[in-house]
Amino acid sequence: MAERCVKVYSRFNRLWHWSQVASIFLLLFSGARIMGLHSVLPFGLAVMVHSFGALALLLLWAFATFWLFTTGAWKQYLPTQAGLWQVMRFYAWGVFRGEPHPYRKVLWRKHNPLQAMAYLALKIVLFPGIWITGLIYLTHGFWQTLDKGGFWIEAVANLHILAAFAIASFVIVHVYLLTIGGFRAHVRPMVTGFDMIDLTAEQEAYLQENEPDRLREPRHAAHPAE
Amino acid sequence: MVSKPLGRAIVVIAAVLIGGQVTAQDTGGRPLAPTVPGEGSTADHSKFEVLKGPFASGPEVTKACLSCHTEADDQVMHSIHWSWSYDNATTGQTLGKKNVVNAFCGNVASNEARCTSCHTGYGWEDVRGANTMSGERVDCLACHDRSGNYTKLDNAAGHPPLEPLKAGAKTITGASAWVVDLAMAAQSVGKPGRDNCGSCHFYGGGGDNVKHGDLSSALISPAPSVDVHMSPETGNFTCESCHLSDKHVFAGSRYNLNAHDLGGTGRPGERRDVATCESCHSAEPHGASLIGMKLNDHVERVACQTCHIPTFAKGGVATKTMWDWSTAGELKDGKPFHEENFTQSDGKQLHTYLSTKGDFEWGEDVVPHYAWFDGQVEYTLPDDRIDPTGVVEVNRLSGSADDPGSRIWPFKRMEGRQAYDTQLNTFVYTQVYGPQTASAFWTNFDWEKSIKAAMDYVGQPYSGEFDFVDTYMYWPITHMVAPADEALQCDSCHARNARLAGITGVYIPGSTLPVAGKLGLVMLALAALAVMGHGVLRLMGRGKGGSHHG
Repeated sequence: MAERCVKVYSRFNRLWHWSQVASIFLLLFSGARIMGLHSVLPFGLAVMVHSFGALALLLLWAFATFWLFTTGAWKQYLPTQAGLWQVMRFYAWGVFRGEPHPYRKVLWRKHNPLQAMAYLALKIVLFPGIWITGLIYLTHGFWQTLDKGGFWIEAVANLHILAAFAIASFVIVHVYLLTIGGFRAHVRPMVTGFDMIDLTAEQEAYLQENEPDRLREPRHAAHPAE
Repeated sequence: MVSKPLGRAIVVIAAVLIGGQVTAQDTGGRPLAPTVPGEGSTADHSKFEVLKGPFASGPEVTKACLSCHTEADDQVMHSIHWSWSYDNATTGQTLGKKNVVNAFCGNVASNEARCTSCHTGYGWEDVRGANTMSGERVDCLACHDRSGNYTKLDNAAGHPPLEPLKAGAKTITGASAWVVDLAMAAQSVGKPGRDNCGSCHFYGGGGDNVKHGDLSSALISPAPSVDVHMSPETGNFTCESCHLSDKHVFAGSRYNLNAHDLGGTGRPGERRDVATCESCHSAEPHGASLIGMKLNDHVERVACQTCHIPTFAKGGVATKTMWDWSTAGELKDGKPFHEENFTQSDGKQLHTYLSTKGDFEWGEDVVPHYAWFDGQVEYTLPDDRIDPTGVVEVNRLSGSADDPGSRIWPFKRMEGRQAYDTQLNTFVYTQVYGPQTASAFWTNFDWEKSIKAAMDYVGQPYSGEFDFVDTYMYWPITHMVAPADEALQCDSCHARNARLAGITGVYIPGSTLPVAGKLGLVMLALAALAVMGHGVLRLMGRGKGGSHHG
């Protein structure tokens, strides 16, 4: 086993991530305006920004889903119990005592088990929840005649808002966890695409032979704490 | 009479009349009535021998009109303009001016010659029972005079001012009366202009814009911002552009509205029974964009008027917003007096107290009251029981969020304080007008006599005991449509404590923080607290934190 600097986030993967970051912030900001939490934009403009931002993000998700399945990257998110307990114990205890993170990244699995599970929940519960309720909300004009008294639109709006706050809470925890072990070191791979990965001799040989562009010498010490 | 806010045109008329005698064929500098668009008649009425006159009375002119327009009188006499009575098939109530009690002058019966001064006829001196007057008593000139010379006296049951003119005589618009030239008026006839309809409809309740709030002399020649349809600079509509008529019966009703027109536009000439916005603008009037789509979604639940008439009583003419009859009758040194403590934007002082009428409040550029409305207005009629412990609604707006035919509409909500029978719990009739009587309130300032005389006149039971009760009366707002760029913005309703704060049964994003918003904020706060707590514990821990998942 040797730790090497390996490209694990492809260009599309990074574009997807950062576009998603931008859209989620735009949508949280404009959505909060529509809900009346601030009045930085006029209401009508906020509705436009929110609607078009959401449609753009939906398009991105369509591409990302296609990408996940065609490249096999979806397997990254398969839930596993292996190592899950150790990771949970680390965040609840070991991290306060300066213990090293129990998870070692390997080539076919760049997320730890807890992280993979959180991302999976985001992708199959919160994201579909927000866009399904959002589309129902957006197309209110087509079904409002069935909703005299406005019960269903209010229900849909509330579910949409709840999903939005859940996503906002995810963002807070997600960003916080980046600070454990060095914020810059954690953000860098999603910028450059390269991360420190434990490679088996076979993997290293394979990459050197077939995909030499995915390997490079580390420019920075990735894990200064170690 | 009279609070006397006069239209600008009328002020000019009065000034000219004070200055000099008006001769025949001379408008005396009086502004000519605005021309009616699309008027291209094949007949020049000034060439008809029968209209040359001279005419000694209104009915003589009508007789001349009917010599050609043989069915016109019959048509008019089949309209609400003539009968002042309306059978509402939906609610079963019999409404109309001669039957209802309102929050303004109260009732027509027993006050006839004053109230029927605006009747489209001559000499209706007793409104009890049906109007049985015959054809020559129809007043053609009130609607069709285009000389601007014709008018009606304010207390002669519909007759125009003729020789000999009494000193101090007034017209129905509150101007000093002049002797009308009936031949000149007869030869000028044409389609009604805004000024024709306005001479009655702008002055309901005893003065300019007193009653409706969205119908005032400001509409005779309004700026586009006052009424985009009626402004000579933009649409130059007459009333009839929307209130289409067929056989002298007009589209549009305040008793039985088309509150949600799903029919939309029709082919030319197809729809002559509607005066809705949709009949020209369609049920999907906003553009084909995302914002247009969202606005079109509103049409289902929000009347066009709600956004497109942000305020009423525009153009410098205030409307009466409160009328308290209970304070009427105070005298100074045995004489009636008045106070003028409201200054209209044109500088004019308006009455805020009259011994004859009590206390008033006025408003300009008034923000409407909003309510669900299906178009049906049910009245508290004189034989209906009221509950005097609360505010009594003179008319009730029917409609709810659960009803597909209802939409959120704007209203003028008139506040009143009116007389009622404390034993029978019914509104009472009052006789206020009657210079020659020993019972009329405006002459004798005695409610006992006024109410007794009126109740005897209509033959309704009266216990002899009365008091005053607070009332609301609702007037749908549909005129004074602003140009599109002056319509309400989203934030006018989609904000906390905004215009529709009192409306329930519809989800208005931004108007309140929804349950999910409150839960969500708690969730967010907990997440923030959790990571902060975790961070603090890490700092307190021995190391600076271990490595991470990367």
